[in-house]
Amino acid sequence: MIFQGYRREDGTAGTRNLVLVIPSVGCSQGAAQAIARGLKGAVYLPNILGCGQIGEDRAIVKRTLAGFGINPNVFSVLVVGNGCEENTAPALQKEIARSGKRVEALVIQEEGGTRRTVLKGRQIVKEMLGQSARIVREPIPLKELVVGTECGGSDFTSGLASNPAVGIASDMLIAEGATVILSETPELIGAEHLVAQRARTAETGRKILNAVAWWENRALSSGQDIRKSNPAPGNISGGITTLEEKSLGCIYKGGTGCIEEFLPYASRPSQKGLVYMDTPAHDIEQLTGMMAAGSQVAVFTTGRGTPCGSPIGPVIKVTANRDTYRMMRDNIDMDVSRILRGSETVRSAGERILREIIAVASGKMTKAESLGQRDFAIFTMHVNI
Amino acid sequence: MAGKRKAIVLHEKDNVATALEPLKEGSILFATFHGHPERVRLASNIPPGHKFALEDLKQGATVIKYGEPIGRTISAVGRGEHVHIHNIVSPRRET
Repeated sequence: MIFQGYRREDGTAGTRNLVLVIPSVGCSQGAAQAIARGLKGAVYLPNILGCGQIGEDRAIVKRTLAGFGINPNVFSVLVVGNGCEENTAPALQKEIARSGKRVEALVIQEEGGTRRTVLKGRQIVKEMLGQSARIVREPIPLKELVVGTECGGSDFTSGLASNPAVGIASDMLIAEGATVILSETPELIGAEHLVAQRARTAETGRKILNAVAWWENRALSSGQDIRKSNPAPGNISGGITTLEEKSLGCIYKGGTGCIEEFLPYASRPSQKGLVYMDTPAHDIEQLTGMMAAGSQVAVFTTGRGTPCGSPIGPVIKVTANRDTYRMMRDNIDMDVSRILRGSETVRSAGERILREIIAVASGKMTKAESLGQRDFAIFTMHVNI
Repeated sequence: MAGKRKAIVLHEKDNVATALEPLKEGSILFATFHGHPERVRLASNIPPGHKFALEDLKQGATVIKYGEPIGRTISAVGRGEHVHIHNIVSPRRET
């Protein structure tokens, strides 16, 4: 199977053809926003980090911002720094330029203030947009897709219908040779043994168990015992009895394949097939981690409904709650509630989701894109100082 | 034309079904159990999203949903009975 995508210098393929303005630090976010304002095809990242992080957070911030620049949905990049930050614009520029795409950098303290930076930045971005308009979509094998999966605002329809249907689509993508990312480590607590035993190697399984223990201990150090406070009272009144049951409903969206690899947050997969990324369950931080890893499209199941979207990639929203679909038609792309009414099988809904993924990868706009939802948040482990 | 589905079985190994609407004690419905349609008479009211047993389960039996163990019975549970926190626990939890 194929989709119509944009071929990049490094051999990857995008589903979008964007010019991305990245503030290397929160201080240059205002300039980055002003540079991209009103320019069709240009987006900026509302990044507030890049200075004041400690420990491994410095590497996480750099890796995430670089990952957005390298993502194949991005044609070329302008990095905007302030000048005295830890995460400097030239260093980020160099990292992204390894992908072979054009990357420019501007530093506010060197350009002589925000106005000059914005003026120059807009010239650069307009030039990049002119260049991006000259490349066209071409047939790309489906195996080149990296698809992020996510659930948020879940209700009982998520575990019963929308996640199993996305699981069917995941299995079909993997059969085509594509990569599917499963994540949300805190959701695994209680069922980590079931996930770890699906790992291809014992080492990958051990990494998953270690990641779960890290999250559990981190919550414990803040006085929250996730194992005891979950399933939450709302889950129990909704019919969820055990943590295993809750987590299985969540991980079903990754399908039934072996887990080929464990990825730290915002890291690029080196394997095809189903891969596991260590992310929070926080919707936007999770989505950001998967996009930084090179996902060109994401599938997001919801029960209660969510407007969430990414600045650089389409996010297909799927619900099996008919009332939610009717209430939030401008946010939700697909209604699979007929599974629960017995008039569609999970398999048929899964096949529809795969067709939608291909259509969206080939250019069909998602609801979140039409609304201009550009949610972005980087997960960090420590406090910012 | 397919009738309205009142409960769903997610995997052929499952020994519980999940109600999709409020189900009344004494009502009879059909659910797929180990790949075959089975007639089940509900032994209690089942709220939507809640589970009922598709077979008689002895104390200590494994409860399967999504094709995986989700719990262990702490008392005998009859076919058609509500399966929830009053009669099953996490399979790894000590009793």
